[in-house]
Amino acid sequence: MTARIFAYVSHTGGVPDDSASELQVAAKMLDAGASTTAIVSGFGPKLDAACSTLQNTFGEIWKISNEALAYPNAEMVRKALLSVIPRGSIVLLSHSHFGVDLGPGLSVKLESAYVSDVMALEGIKGSNLKVVRQEFGGQASAHVTCDLSSGAVLTLRPGIFKATENPRAAGTVIDKSSSVVNLSAGRRYLETIAPEAGDVDISKEACLVSIGRGIQEPENVAIAQALADAIGAAVSCSRPVVDAKWLPKSRQVGSSGQTVKPKVYMACGISGSFQHLAGLKGNPFIIAINKNPKAPIFHVADVGVVDDLLEFLPAMTTKIQAMMKVK
Amino acid sequence: MEILVCVKRVPDTSENEIELNSAGNDIDRDDLVYSVNEPDNYAVEEALQMVEKSGGNVTVATVDSEEGEEILRRELAMGAKQSVLISDESFSDSDGAGVAKLLKAFVQKGKYDLILTGVQADNGAAEVGGMLAAMLDYPFASLVNSIEVLNGNKLKVSREIEGGNKEMNEIDLPCVLSIQTGINQPRYVGMRGIRQVATVEIPTLGPAELGIDAASVGKSGAKVRRTDYFVPVLGKGAEILNGSREEVVDKVIELLRAKGGLQ
Repeated sequence: MTARIFAYVSHTGGVPDDSASELQVAAKMLDAGASTTAIVSGFGPKLDAACSTLQNTFGEIWKISNEALAYPNAEMVRKALLSVIPRGSIVLLSHSHFGVDLGPGLSVKLESAYVSDVMALEGIKGSNLKVVRQEFGGQASAHVTCDLSSGAVLTLRPGIFKATENPRAAGTVIDKSSSVVNLSAGRRYLETIAPEAGDVDISKEACLVSIGRGIQEPENVAIAQALADAIGAAVSCSRPVVDAKWLPKSRQVGSSGQTVKPKVYMACGISGSFQHLAGLKGNPFIIAINKNPKAPIFHVADVGVVDDLLEFLPAMTTKIQAMMKVK
Repeated sequence: MEILVCVKRVPDTSENEIELNSAGNDIDRDDLVYSVNEPDNYAVEEALQMVEKSGGNVTVATVDSEEGEEILRRELAMGAKQSVLISDESFSDSDGAGVAKLLKAFVQKGKYDLILTGVQADNGAAEVGGMLAAMLDYPFASLVNSIEVLNGNKLKVSREIEGGNKEMNEIDLPCVLSIQTGINQPRYVGMRGIRQVATVEIPTLGPAELGIDAASVGKSGAKVRRTDYFVPVLGKGAEILNGSREEVVDKVIELLRAKGGLQ
């Protein structure tokens, strides 16, 4: 393969995103002999710190320093990338909230192909790259081919392309800042607002009874609460329950909600999207209860119960209450 | 404000178990229940609330076969004033860029202040809105979970980023926003409402009306193509607990205790 490979690396406060090494792993899978160039944008000492850390991972780092890029505004970053990336290149991004903001428009402006949320790279035949994606909330996987002849922008699902060894690069930082001129944008970053604290801090609970779309009605939240009360746990949830306003945002587990690290996680009527699972840390024991035996949650759970949670949870509550009385 | 909302008809995953067909190359599409893509419905609701507050019209558009009419009627019943079906045999198997090209051609025939899409549809690509914005040279924001109209042809929008944080942005009109679920509570549409719009004529636009070269979209224009579906094999898979409900309850309680979940 002759296309050059670039990895745009996000960083927060000078610390490169975990995805940096994942992008490097994916680049090696695309072309084992490739010398992938990391591109980092930002401003000031934080940018320099990020570049310096990335010297351990990448052979070459292009630094784009500009005061306007101090906060990563996707429209401005796109303009900056367009002025340095040669056409026909392959650009790798993390499928994060920033990748989703940047990737589609970047591919249009580079006139290249775009494939998002890539889960596996299965090789290049002629000018076609074959990848694996998921559809229908993870219920089916798909093979997708992507024509690389005019380059490509690929976003990679976080946490999939794990590095097996510590990288040992001694990268060179090349300052590309002078290639970037006009960064005016129709969208301007104002501020970041932290979420309001909730009544219960689900990030500190040892056991969570977590409910999803399968809870069906707002009245049924009490069924989960009754079980949580019986076992001394708290009730958390997945996105649809918050969307429907049945529980506050502070109870949501997932990449856009809370990160939790319980010992036991009871996923009740939760399908198990990757955004939800991204909020589960510390390798908890997962008990999944779902009517649908095909629910993706059963791929990642330790044990599964195929049953109607509206009947199963009350049965559990009754049994536990009876046990407590005996004691 | 003239608002265009781009919507898509998708298999309803809350109503269906998605399974492969017997050939193992596509999902089994017999007996699938389709509905409007959930985030798109939130986008339509948001558009309706905006025009209810400050005037204007909501138009809904979809790129689909004639089956797409079904969801356009649903959105008309919700309160959209106009709808359009962008449809032609040559449009099928368009990739994201192809769909965005078709929508761009439609947008340029009218005058819209704001274009909304859902954050993502059934294929989870989250791509068409951002592509459309770039093709039109409009500003874009993804994952939008609140919109406030400001003076001076601008909006204040928040984006849902990690950890429940909201990234606040000011964005110039016209722009494209991809709408996250939960931004509002979409109104209920009853059968009566749908019946009232059952006979509304929905215009269909093909390559000639859009002034688009059919070869630049559809299968022939696609750089990205799905070749087949397969069942994902992820992780080790759960040990499914079998037995009567009472037996399974006992097993789960035992596990809860063993793993430190029961105090």
